[in-house]
Amino acid sequence: MRNIFLFIRRFSNFLFFLVLQIFALYFLFRYNKFHEAAFMGVAGELTGKVSERYNTVEYYFNLKKTNEALVSENLALRKMLKQNYESPDTSQRFIIDSVKIDSVTVAQRYKYFDSKVVGNFVSEQNNYFTIHRGQNQGIEKDWGVISPTGIAGRIVNVGPNYSVVMSALNRQFKVNSMLKNSGEKGSVQWDGENPQYMLMKDVPKSAKVAKGDSVITSNLSDIYPAGIMVGTIAEVIDDKSSNFFMLKLKTSTNFYNLQYVTVIQDLQKEEKLRVEKAIKKVQ
Amino acid sequence: MSSFVKNIIRFALFIAVQVFVLHQVPPLHKFIVPYLYFLYIIWLPFNTSRGALMFIAFIFGMTLDYFLKFPGLHAAPCVLIAYVRPFIVNMLIRQEGADQNYASPSATSMGWAPYATLVVILTILHNGYLVFLEWMQFGSFFFFLGKVAATTGVSLLLIMITELLFFRKEKFRTNTA
Repeated sequence: MRNIFLFIRRFSNFLFFLVLQIFALYFLFRYNKFHEAAFMGVAGELTGKVSERYNTVEYYFNLKKTNEALVSENLALRKMLKQNYESPDTSQRFIIDSVKIDSVTVAQRYKYFDSKVVGNFVSEQNNYFTIHRGQNQGIEKDWGVISPTGIAGRIVNVGPNYSVVMSALNRQFKVNSMLKNSGEKGSVQWDGENPQYMLMKDVPKSAKVAKGDSVITSNLSDIYPAGIMVGTIAEVIDDKSSNFFMLKLKTSTNFYNLQYVTVIQDLQKEEKLRVEKAIKKVQ
Repeated sequence: MSSFVKNIIRFALFIAVQVFVLHQVPPLHKFIVPYLYFLYIIWLPFNTSRGALMFIAFIFGMTLDYFLKFPGLHAAPCVLIAYVRPFIVNMLIRQEGADQNYASPSATSMGWAPYATLVVILTILHNGYLVFLEWMQFGSFFFFLGKVAATTGVSLLLIMITELLFFRKEKFRTNTA
């Protein structure tokens, strides 16, 4: 017994070193898997407040680009309006008949929440950003996040007023997407190289691809509605040894000056998951 | 200003500079991430006990991690260099008792060459361990070598600039007043 105490006293520094290392590595690997860490809620609130202060300055410098992005998004939405289409024949009427007007909520699948970005990073291999909206404002884990021009990320951690979003520029982020022209599906991921480019894999070589083609989220995506912009093809990498193309995409979202994002709630997600789970059980 | 207050201010400043200046710089290449913050641990006073040194390094690293939303990634290398620092300081110190006559490691207290050696060794250790943790999750061996080399180069450059801009005059203290 005495020897044990002597040993601990003699190597107390080394043991303390080991304990701290184990703590740090435990945090790291647990976070990699579940995106949960001790004190993340409290720490998120504190760092969020500090980042928000910084953002008030940073935002000023990005105003012009933010404005342009919002205007172009508005324009795209305005182009979809019914009033744009007018027939000279007055007996013709345009009716949107797929939505029940008096009980919209029954057919509604996606709900949108606007949010301000505070604290955005692009220089690590696994990037995250913080948004100023949390549990108290009705945000939950695993919801999709989009920017005015395209996909932005997925919510991984929710605090009372701030949430942490896994940026699309994260090695663990994956989104199921498709070519807008032909509908061939593939998965898009970031390779850690350049914040302006992402890689799309598993596109069959039968697909017609060309530089500049759009890639959008597919209907298989778990968190996004179908048809959200992902990027445009910048380079087609033809791998001779496989039957699949590798596409280098220019991201449609500019991650350098992300200021406003939209959080998407899928109202039918639970039902979808439940049904899929039931199938797995049967198998 | 007492050394305690000074170090608390330094703590906040180093974190702020790392998070809001160096991490906001658009990345030039995937290998280049400018790390400067760990200079705080090198600058801590000589008379900090080893346990305290490691504990401060852990808290310091975790603070940065919570800002970058990646708990543990920077805390582990910080604790490592805090653990190793006293060994290297003891090996490199020029004359007998310099660690009692001066407050903290710097070019004036240790001499240019030993201080530069200390900084280079700790920078390589810090960046090596940090990239090793990243490499374990993804990446090739080439990624490991390239990133360690590039980040160490950038870190050393930043440390040199910081040392020149904020030259710390260390007073010689004796107990034979």
